[in-house]
Amino acid sequence: MTTVALTVPAPRFTDLLAAEWLKLRSLRSTYWAIGVSTLVVIAVNANAARADYVNYPHYNNVTRDQFANTALFDAFTNGAAMILVLTAASVGAVTVVGEYATGLVRTTFAAVPDRRALMSAKAAVVTAVMTVYGAVVASASFAASQAILSGRGVGLSISYPGALRVVVASALLAPVSALVGMAMGALIRHSATTMVLATGLLLLLPIFVTERYHWTACVRNALPFNAWDRLVQVNYGHMPYRLAERYPTTVTGAWTVFAVWAAVAAVVTVVAVDRRDV
Amino acid sequence: MPGTGRPRNRGPVIEVDELTKRYGPTTAVRELSFTVRPGHVTGFLGPNGAGKTTTLRMLLGLVAPTDGSATISGHTFRRHARGLRHVGALLDANDVHGGRSARAHLRTLARSNRIPASRVEEVLTEVGLTGAAARRRVGGYSLGMKQRLGIATALLGDPPVLLFDEPLNGLDPEGVLWVRSLFRKLAAEGRTVFVSSHLMSEMENTADQLIVIGKGELIAAESLTDFAARGTAPTVTVRTPDAGALAAVLASEGAVVASEGAEMLRVTGVAAARVGELAHEHHFLLRELTTEHASLEAAFMELTAHSVEYLAGDSR
Repeated sequence: MTTVALTVPAPRFTDLLAAEWLKLRSLRSTYWAIGVSTLVVIAVNANAARADYVNYPHYNNVTRDQFANTALFDAFTNGAAMILVLTAASVGAVTVVGEYATGLVRTTFAAVPDRRALMSAKAAVVTAVMTVYGAVVASASFAASQAILSGRGVGLSISYPGALRVVVASALLAPVSALVGMAMGALIRHSATTMVLATGLLLLLPIFVTERYHWTACVRNALPFNAWDRLVQVNYGHMPYRLAERYPTTVTGAWTVFAVWAAVAAVVTVVAVDRRDV
Repeated sequence: MPGTGRPRNRGPVIEVDELTKRYGPTTAVRELSFTVRPGHVTGFLGPNGAGKTTTLRMLLGLVAPTDGSATISGHTFRRHARGLRHVGALLDANDVHGGRSARAHLRTLARSNRIPASRVEEVLTEVGLTGAAARRRVGGYSLGMKQRLGIATALLGDPPVLLFDEPLNGLDPEGVLWVRSLFRKLAAEGRTVFVSSHLMSEMENTADQLIVIGKGELIAAESLTDFAARGTAPTVTVRTPDAGALAAVLASEGAVVASEGAEMLRVTGVAAARVGELAHEHHFLLRELTTEHASLEAAFMELTAHSVEYLAGDSR
């Protein structure tokens, strides 16, 4: 046996980042999940733009006058956002649950007893990768949808007021969802249950919680999917064919919802794993 | 001096003190105390469910003790930021992600501990996972190949202390021989090698020191030879046409004699040499004179008889 080193080098956080990055990219499932989802999300948005392109001659004047709303809706549709949330939450959850379900977590923690550092590195890598994924799909969706609508002369440029917010909010919905997926995984540690509850929390709850009462509206506005919905409505409260909210929320409020969910999820991920036996 | 494999003093490296782990009403490990010294292969024996795995997990900080302490080289393992250069461990060969190749698995671990990628190739060669095997996804590995990967993981940081939980499971005979010589080599280099098993026969040719536990409590901590001596006293088998007469002579010497058939005697309490002398004095013809030492397996079974957790129907 050869002796590699006589001294133990000082621990570096960057080593953990590099190791977690290696871990993520050494799994085929990562490529499949992100690759397929990227194509589907862009295709769904482009298809919405294509439908409006086809139907445009039949739209009435109200719709045509305020077509910017529709163009920005096509830039990132609700359906596409749901697929993005599902993808990001799964990728995030799998990085944690995959360790527990396989038993790899014991090998990992025997190699890196500093669990907080390890989980922080994992959260950082997942956040970075999902931010890039979100940025790519949101930018490509915006470019594709507006290029299609330009065929009717109604495509918008990114400098149109609020357009950048649509792209950034859609991009950031990915890392927020991924961190929530990680936190759920860290708490539940069981693959199927984690996915069901993460989907319920991120996608079903926003549909079922009404804005009928003030307190339910508060809950509703505090959910990440609804925060995204608020951010992508450039003319919030003045949208044609859409009832104004009884308890409206603000752009700042929606950004805060994103930030708080991401921060709390990251803390839960690190703390829950640190405290429990494996 | 982690990394050198040669600690300065020969005092105990693994120290388990009054260690207790309770899971609700069940006590997996109860006030367990023992030490393990460097330079030896120490076997950690006990029937299924004795608490071996729980103890090893507590040593590695994976499971928090309810009470007591478990330290390696004077530290609780979780105080280290990185572990591979301090302690190498194979807890369960299945503790890997089936979707990664052996090489990718080891590279991520090596990277997290700032161990060069070249070391990954070294350990892959050492355990015999080279070429296509190293590139294959671990999910398709046999248990024996996974054990080899687990051993490669333990060796990765060239650590002074190595823990192995049931490392021989699933290995072919060639693999078992290889692992035994590897353990002896690691111990000869001055490292602390602590190996668990539920089969005494596995330890017989591997370990020189033993820690035996049952139902979470310590049963024995001694050398293999001392442990063997605990078992049933040696039995001398004598075959002679003068069985009846020899039995009388032996009985008068204080031996316990049991006759088996017309010519066969099984004698305890007198050594074979003395049986021979007596036969010679009285001019008895001996056709066979052999000593059967109590097997380690028998000693182990005897000692752990009261602490076996799961008994098959017939032996209940």
